[in-house]
Amino acid sequence: MAVETMSGHIAPAGVVEGLPGVVTDFSSDKQAFPVHWGKAMMWIFLLSDTFIFSCFLTSYMHVRMSTTVPWPNPSEVFALSLGGQPIPLILIAIMTFILISSSGTMAMAVNYGYRRNRARTTALMLITAGFGATFVGMQAFEWTKLILEEGIRPWGNPLGAAQFGASFFMITGFHGLHVSAGVIYLVVVALRVWRGDYERAGNYEVVEIAGLYWHFVDLVWVFIFAFFYLW
Amino acid sequence: MSYVAIADQHAHLHDPQTFLTKYVWSQDHKVIAIQYMVTAMAIGLVAIVLSMMMRLQLGFPGTFHFINPSNYYQFVTMHGMIMVVYLLTALFLGGFGNYLIPLMCGARDMVFPYLNMVSYWVYLLAVLVLVASFFVPGGPTGAGWTLYPPQAILAGTPGADWGITLMLVSLAIFIVGFTMGGLNYVVTVLQARCRGMTLMRMPLSVWGIFMATILALLAFPALLVSAIMMALDNHLGTSFFMPALMSLGDPTVHKGGSPLLFQHLFWFFGHPEVYIVALPAFGIVSDLISVNARRHIFGYRMMVWAIVAIGVLSFVVWAHHMYVSGMNPYFGFFFATTTLIIAIPTALKVYNWVLTLWRGDVHLTVPMLFAIGFVFTFINGGLTGLFLGNVTVDVPLSDTYFVVAHFHMVMGVSPVLVVCGAIYHWYPKMTGRMTSVTLGKLHFWLTFLGTYAIFLPMHYLGILGLPRRYFAMGDTYFIPQSVQEMNAAISIAALFVAASQLIFLFNLAWSLKHGKPAGGNPWRATTLEWQTPDTPPRHGNWGPELPVVYRWAYEYGAPGYKDDFVPQNQPPDGRVAAKHG
Ligand code: HEM
Ligand SMILES: [Cu+2]
Repeated sequence: MAVETMSGHIAPAGVVEGLPGVVTDFSSDKQAFPVHWGKAMMWIFLLSDTFIFSCFLTSYMHVRMSTTVPWPNPSEVFALSLGGQPIPLILIAIMTFILISSSGTMAMAVNYGYRRNRARTTALMLITAGFGATFVGMQAFEWTKLILEEGIRPWGNPLGAAQFGASFFMITGFHGLHVSAGVIYLVVVALRVWRGDYERAGNYEVVEIAGLYWHFVDLVWVFIFAFFYLW
Repeated sequence: MSYVAIADQHAHLHDPQTFLTKYVWSQDHKVIAIQYMVTAMAIGLVAIVLSMMMRLQLGFPGTFHFINPSNYYQFVTMHGMIMVVYLLTALFLGGFGNYLIPLMCGARDMVFPYLNMVSYWVYLLAVLVLVASFFVPGGPTGAGWTLYPPQAILAGTPGADWGITLMLVSLAIFIVGFTMGGLNYVVTVLQARCRGMTLMRMPLSVWGIFMATILALLAFPALLVSAIMMALDNHLGTSFFMPALMSLGDPTVHKGGSPLLFQHLFWFFGHPEVYIVALPAFGIVSDLISVNARRHIFGYRMMVWAIVAIGVLSFVVWAHHMYVSGMNPYFGFFFATTTLIIAIPTALKVYNWVLTLWRGDVHLTVPMLFAIGFVFTFINGGLTGLFLGNVTVDVPLSDTYFVVAHFHMVMGVSPVLVVCGAIYHWYPKMTGRMTSVTLGKLHFWLTFLGTYAIFLPMHYLGILGLPRRYFAMGDTYFIPQSVQEMNAAISIAALFVAASQLIFLFNLAWSLKHGKPAGGNPWRATTLEWQTPDTPPRHGNWGPELPVVYRWAYEYGAPGYKDDFVPQNQPPDGRVAAKHG
């Protein structure tokens, strides 16, 4: 086979070596990434969303490092009293566990999707959504406790720097919105799986795309967890 | 190399039935492009009117009593923000991106046409919210287009009641709408090119728009985050950006926030934003020059890599806007260095444009005039950029008219020249008719010479120390009386430039009915959009079969062909794949 090169000359098709080869390969006349359009779009959206969360988190680090007022001690603020004994980070440990488990069920859903198992895919997606909803519910509980019991407000708190409540509510709130949106998204896709839309289209990639989003939201949570609760 | 007819895989295009679905709720990228363009130019007219108000005040202080200092700040702010975001970004990416990407890549439409349509309507909503801020109590915000806190949300700044909130909301809406469109543009370029259209055969216009879209997808998040945080500071009393301070004699509720954090976030968006409007201009200009010089673009691969390099580097130079904000001196050193490094790929592009013109068979068509005007102006603005990129030179020049002159040259006049050139160039494809050459040339010379009359003297004013964003200069010992005369002259030039844009609009409207029929390929260009079977192209662009590309986009004057140009879709044996129409 002969291909015409850029300048119009005919050159034999061959393998280009080294770095130029990578470029040639990546930019050849096929799809740059061998995936469904929707999946490519989700990846790029998540890249953009990564920048949003990175900006939030770096801003949080900036205000935390530049404030002159002491930062509240996370092991005390986020402790939960069980049987009269304060246990640090117990609630958040459970929440994190739930969210990470939901990534597991999501991965299984994708797997069953590719095996064309409608019932299991639907069930696993709904379980994932259920985990997500539980997470949001527990987050609401945590917020209530912080607001009512500890007196933490976005504009200030009795324990120290005002930026603590501000960044906490803003970032966990923004993440919580992502989780809530994800729950709705998963339920919608699950119902379509159940209805057999993807069976007929012969393509379960939509489940995987929803999965990408869900894993992303979980991954972001790991960072929020590390920076807020462990620092 | 396995190949599937990618772009036809999902060929269930939504087919318009009624007038409404065809021209209003349309999912056709070409209609959406024109909707974007018209909306952007309409709001751009508002920005021009605002600049005229400012010039009237500066040129003839005390004459126009309806302009008070608060108004002036509002005009500065809205003018800057509209020009940068709502006009240029929307016009290049939403307008030309939408129009050119599918046509130049040989696709039937964007990959997700419905999302693309929603993107436009969300953009329109953002524009309407912005316009609404002119009509709320207190008027639009007067914080400067940089919206720096603390003053942006303090009582006493114009628009502190409603204007700033509407501005932040409008920006957030804009970003949401842009993201919908931007994802489409990127995925279309990556995944939906027609057969044979490798990335390294794409016209540079597509490269520029593609890279600019990626920049926007990664830079707008910083603006979104800072808008959210500022809105919280304003309405919930948080202290992200707001330090403890006294306002109008009372302490505010804020404590311990960091105004510098806002500046970092803003410029992490703001500098790439400069390239969001510059890269599409670079790309389009390369194509205009190549077509009209009947010569392949000089150093195509270099041009592509320069676009990529500029895009990457533009994320590590932002703090050159903050030399006077108080930073660690080593930061200044780092950012000055990266800033000057960016000049290398940029200069390379300029050389390549000039070398393309060199010994070219230059046709001074209207688009070519604008393209050459761009190269001149961009060199001018780029050189002053080298001055401002150096910390020690920037410190005395910062916040003077030298800066105003610099950024108007580099990101005001230059991209606008390209916008005009590009509209003249693609108008025949969009409407099937040519624009009037006489009016076009008149428009060019008035705009080109006029903008120089406006902005060249401003360099001098800046070196004298004239501060920017001042309503009136008053009696200041270092400002001689002659400055006032120069300001008056600048204002008169500005009025001429603004008026000459009416010629442009008239030309566009008049040619719609009375222009000469254009035919399919009036510029005798190689790129795919000129090879469509119909002009203007129908919904779906290509008739029954997608084009197949056999060569790069710059086959001009190749020996052994009948014409001095070879369309990208012409097979090596000389048959023409798609009929000209
Ligand atoms: C008719 C042509 C134009 C004229 C006469 C004009 C005039 C002005 C004037 C008088 C100012 C305020 C200077 C001051 O008081 O500090 C200004 C600011 C500005 N202009 Fe323009 N301008 C024009 C076109 C543009 C374009 C095309 C852009 C697009 C990028 C632009 C972007 C800006 C920006 C970003 C500011 C700064 C706003 C601020 O300080 O917050 N201008 N212009
Ligand atoms: Cu910059």
